[in-house]
Amino acid sequence: MMRPVAFKNVRLIDPASGLDAKGGLLVDNGRIADIGPRLFNDAEPSDPEVIDARGLALTPGLIDARVFTGEPGSEHRETLESASAAAAAGGVTTMVVMPNTNPVIDEPSLVDFILRRAAGTAKVRVQPCAALTKGLKGEVMTEMGLMREAGAVAFGDVDRTVANARVLRRALAYAATFDALVVGHAEDPDLTAGASATESEFATRLGIPAAPAEAEAMIVARDIALVEMTGARYHFGQVSTRASLALIAAAKARGLPVSCGVSAHHLALNELDVGPYLTFRKVRPPLRSEDDRAAMVQGVADGTIDIIVSSHEPQGADTKRQPFAAAAAGSVGLETLLPAALALAHDGSAPLARVIDALSTAPARIFGLAGGTLAKGAVADLTLIDLDEPFQLDAAMLHSRARNTAFEGRKFQGRAKMTFVGGQCVFDGR
Amino acid sequence: MTSQPQPPLLSSSHLLGIAGLSPSEITALLDLAETYVAQGRSGDKKTALLNGRTLINLFFEASTRTQSSFELAGKRLGADVLNMSVKTSSVSKGETLIDTATTLNAMRPDLLVVRHHDAGAAELLSHKLDCCVINAGDGAHEHPTQALLDALTIRRRVGGFEGLVVAICGDVLHSRVARSNLRLLSMMGARVRLVAPRTLLPAQAERFGVEIFTDMKAGLEGADIVMMLRLQLERMAGAFVPSVREYFRFYGLDRTKLAWAKPGALVMHPGPMNRGVEIASDIADDVEVSLISEQVEMGVAIRMAVLDALSRTIPREGRNV
Repeated sequence: MMRPVAFKNVRLIDPASGLDAKGGLLVDNGRIADIGPRLFNDAEPSDPEVIDARGLALTPGLIDARVFTGEPGSEHRETLESASAAAAAGGVTTMVVMPNTNPVIDEPSLVDFILRRAAGTAKVRVQPCAALTKGLKGEVMTEMGLMREAGAVAFGDVDRTVANARVLRRALAYAATFDALVVGHAEDPDLTAGASATESEFATRLGIPAAPAEAEAMIVARDIALVEMTGARYHFGQVSTRASLALIAAAKARGLPVSCGVSAHHLALNELDVGPYLTFRKVRPPLRSEDDRAAMVQGVADGTIDIIVSSHEPQGADTKRQPFAAAAAGSVGLETLLPAALALAHDGSAPLARVIDALSTAPARIFGLAGGTLAKGAVADLTLIDLDEPFQLDAAMLHSRARNTAFEGRKFQGRAKMTFVGGQCVFDGR
Repeated sequence: MTSQPQPPLLSSSHLLGIAGLSPSEITALLDLAETYVAQGRSGDKKTALLNGRTLINLFFEASTRTQSSFELAGKRLGADVLNMSVKTSSVSKGETLIDTATTLNAMRPDLLVVRHHDAGAAELLSHKLDCCVINAGDGAHEHPTQALLDALTIRRRVGGFEGLVVAICGDVLHSRVARSNLRLLSMMGARVRLVAPRTLLPAQAERFGVEIFTDMKAGLEGADIVMMLRLQLERMAGAFVPSVREYFRFYGLDRTKLAWAKPGALVMHPGPMNRGVEIASDIADDVEVSLISEQVEMGVAIRMAVLDALSRTIPREGRNV
């Protein structure tokens, strides 16, 4: 038996119930045993481990719905274990891991492999997203029913758009049979082939192969039409343009079961941050115009964008230290997800409760995961946050195996101080 | 051996693009190149300025004219010149550009000339190497010595740039020559026009402070200089333009189209030419209007000037005499 843990004098923020108040929270047996503004005012439970967290905020554990690891196949970049250490240090208690590994997670035994490896090595919860089509080839749908039984929480071809609308229509219709969540990627594959930047004056000056931002919205429009036909629950893993948001807002207004995420990079950076060919800021979709970035921030604030993800994508020196067009896309992000998202609350762009909702409660709801709430009886996945601590990111201090951060040297305000998974402390940065 | 240390000409020890140069630096380079034009036309073409220096030509893309121009420039200044042609396939098979750079760095070159198919490659190397890096073309980004040699050619013929109307015609989208030229010519006071079908114009080209024309007649009207760009063969046949004959009909420079420009207008081309595609043979070979051979001669002089100017930034104590 674990000792009970009592948090005293914390600021409780629970987007699920709308709570934002000073108080206490008691964890017992891996679950939230009690919570309330006046908890522990009169008496303390017998023999708890007391965490007097004056000035800190306690939120439901963060859920990162878009994490790439290198396991299986590219363990030199990142394993489930090393990613989970980064997650814990970033306040993330659940990672939804992407299936574009080697081999691709496209059958039940591989879903099982991820879950067993995670159980043996990972500090935080790992939930696999499985492939929507075999080998991510966009041709033949996977065994969604069996993989769901094996523990896959969603299905998607990650960073590939299913180009064939007929294949996608059938996959969506089949997924709807099981009420399975499909995670889509919106980039027209022909328009974006070979591109590493958004078409613009800046890309023209740099001479980088670029694709128009419209390549995203045209797939968003197509996929929304397919959702309307099939009734599938559909989540755009990452959107990055104002035009996409307008389409998604309209679809939501019509009551369609669509949702979307945005990466912390697309909230914090714009195309100009690539500067003199900084490959660590090459991501997919590519960084957009300032107008699109501002639209992403607004989308989080008004809820059109449901969740914020890290899109954590480890790369090595071999794949990153290349000319811009040849370099791999992606940035690690598990440890900068919370600080980058908190910037929206600090600068008044979005209410703090909405930011925490986008980092925890909303992904739990969309992906059907435990957590995302401080309700009595819920699993004790918790993040203790210093909302104000200033720090400057030093890639050398990151816990992930790969250090390819787009945020090197950036000044942040606020970070995770302790992380609890099932009541157990997995990170203590006090 | 050189007798006197020369005064510095450039603020940077690399030449990565026209974008990094000031108008006074460009003028200084052109002035210096004039002395090398004279030297190239004299009986004794060689000096000892770069004796003991090593110049490496690192070419990831095949190039005859640029590579031999740099080689000749280096040799005329007395440097030891090593040509390295790297097949792109062997690089993509594992060795990164950085690995190549590290290997080269260990050979302790003083000057490195690099051509690469990706934009930013020269810049990347300049961060990793201890020597002067000269960009001889990186993707669709810059080709600064081409723009400088074009400027020298123009200045010698017409005297200056202020108010000069220069029409750059053809595949602007993929052209580093166009990007470097429009930067340089705009900076020096010329009025630059881009003339191309919409498929061969880069996004937001109008934001470069140039005039955009899709009609060659309108684009050439009043032009002092007509600068043709090479259209690579793989970009024809339906990808960017429907066919060679259609391209030549609307954008190939022939006598009829040249007559739309200012009387006495001069024609330039960075080479190698596709005769009958972007330029008619009789124009290319007409010494009255074509500056193409002169461009090649100026190429050697400009590269000597660039090597000279950059070598002045190399610390003397590092030199192994």
